[in-house]
Amino acid sequence: MEDMHEVIREYVINEYVEDDTEVTNDTPLISGGIVDSFSMVSLKRFLENKYSISIPDDRATPEAFDSVNKICTLVQEFIG
Amino acid sequence: MTNIGSYDERVKNFDWKISEDELGYKEGDLINIGWYCTDRICEMGKADKMALIWEGSTGNEKRYTYNDIRLASNTIGGFLRSLGITHEDRVCLFMDKIPELYLGFLGILKIGAIAQPLFSAFGDESLFVRLENARTKAIITQRKHAPKVRKILDKMPWLEHIIVVDADPSKPLQEREVTFNLEEAPKVDQFQIFPTRAESPSVLHYTSGTTGQPKGVKHVHYSLISQYLTTKWVLDLHDDDIYWCTADPGWVTGTSYGIIGAFSNGVTQCVLDAGFSADNWYRFIEKHRITVWYSAPTAIRSLMKAGDDVVKKYDLSSLRHLASVGEPLNSEAVIWSEKVFGKPFLDTYWQTETGCIVITNFPGMKIKPGSMVKGFPGIITTVVDPETYEPFEESGKMGLIAIKPGWPSMMRTYWNNEQTFQKKFVNGWYIPGDRSSIDNEGYFWFVGRDDDVINTGGHLVSPFEVESALLEHEAVAESAVVSKPDFVNMEVVKAFVTLKPGFSASKELDLQIMNFVRKKLSPLAMPQEIEFVDALPKTRSGKIMRRILHSKEWGEEIGDTSTLEDD
Repeated sequence: MEDMHEVIREYVINEYVEDDTEVTNDTPLISGGIVDSFSMVSLKRFLENKYSISIPDDRATPEAFDSVNKICTLVQEFIG
Repeated sequence: MTNIGSYDERVKNFDWKISEDELGYKEGDLINIGWYCTDRICEMGKADKMALIWEGSTGNEKRYTYNDIRLASNTIGGFLRSLGITHEDRVCLFMDKIPELYLGFLGILKIGAIAQPLFSAFGDESLFVRLENARTKAIITQRKHAPKVRKILDKMPWLEHIIVVDADPSKPLQEREVTFNLEEAPKVDQFQIFPTRAESPSVLHYTSGTTGQPKGVKHVHYSLISQYLTTKWVLDLHDDDIYWCTADPGWVTGTSYGIIGAFSNGVTQCVLDAGFSADNWYRFIEKHRITVWYSAPTAIRSLMKAGDDVVKKYDLSSLRHLASVGEPLNSEAVIWSEKVFGKPFLDTYWQTETGCIVITNFPGMKIKPGSMVKGFPGIITTVVDPETYEPFEESGKMGLIAIKPGWPSMMRTYWNNEQTFQKKFVNGWYIPGDRSSIDNEGYFWFVGRDDDVINTGGHLVSPFEVESALLEHEAVAESAVVSKPDFVNMEVVKAFVTLKPGFSASKELDLQIMNFVRKKLSPLAMPQEIEFVDALPKTRSGKIMRRILHSKEWGEEIGDTSTLEDD
């Protein structure tokens, strides 16, 4: 079974990081400037597609998307 | 006491000479923005005053006095000269909001070169079209953004130098790359500033239109006269203020008011180089005791969305004056800010081409939430009939905003595009392309754009550019791009797409196309929604009717469809 943290971390690195910046599960993504507020929409879409969930807009906040760990917590909540 | 005092008195007695006298400038003198923002302030006895307090995303902080920014801009200017860069060469700044961006801007101006700031989130295609248009000679960037430059390097023989400000010494530099470390470079105290004059070019900012490629708006050193005075009178900066302009200098607010206006007035300004979070912004205000805050409706609405409770966690009592720019500030946001901060955000209206605030709320003047209020003294503004281009005689009529040319920071041309520049002037008026009305007290009320340009989060996105990028995706046959309403960003990009044979609509394809546009152009230009359709509405001559799609998104009447192609 795929490790959710690894899947999301790899997606973030492939899609949003241009150079060799290291991204750990705790790296600040939004406040750290790796993923901007506009790009959060595509990250949300990826999570919804990948895990067949729907994240309400009011839960897709910069705080909830600010690290791989936080994103996993959010996704787990909707997977149930 | 506000700096402007009585608005009516200022209008009655206005002359740009007020600004020239305060700056000690006389017609025909040398004028260099880099000097006015650094050396002059030092000569006024403020060399040890704090000019810039910068904070990064990890909370790391750097502080620069006016003497520090004088030395740093000299040092960067000297380095550029050593590379053979000279007056009127275009030098692109392609960086996050790091100190080198602010100091590099001033260094470029000091050698008489033209600063070309570009938003660091731009993708390689957006970067290329702007560098190609300007035939940029050098680009100053960060290690994290260098890969985007490398990707298009082969197509840019004119780009001689890629200056990386934070290169990793353990890795070899690539073709045309040089490293420059501001902290390690020997400080240059004595520096020969290039003798620029009023009409010498200073800054090239790119803006998007409905059709064609982005346009390079050329400004000159004399723009300082407007930028200094509008900063002083509208943002009401006093000597003891701590100022925070949240705009990125990749866009015009970040240079006119995030660099030139602030430093030429000799105030202390703070910069936060971190992604948005309500907690972090309020913490920043509390920590630095910000007094004057210039932000954008998108940010204000994001703060509204975060709720009132988070505001109560911080001591924001230092705030004295709040202003906003980028897109019209809705009345709810004005009322909310008055409720939670004890003072309203005051809306300011201007654009890249005007170089400075032209219609605005003024401190001390009556507020009507949702109104842009009145023209800056000395700048004649009105609303004209879109048919005749004559000003309306009665109040309340909706028409086009019109400005009498001649204020100091008006753009001088579009780079390599004089023909489009000339089209912006009709019947003796400069027409910014926005619709408005004026009420019976002379207050301006913004209505909307007069073209298809999308204003998302205060940034203009050309539907043409997005459509062109979409067509480069292997699955896309045709595309039409319009705005759709959004609570936070006012408008976001929506794309209607028909697919080529062999491709079918899916969630995966939807995400793939979104990311394709984001990387090619920018996150701002990425469609937030893609609707796959069988056909697009077209005229009988085959032209896609964006208007129909736009009307559907905004719930408006579709209007005349007599030219619509039969099914």
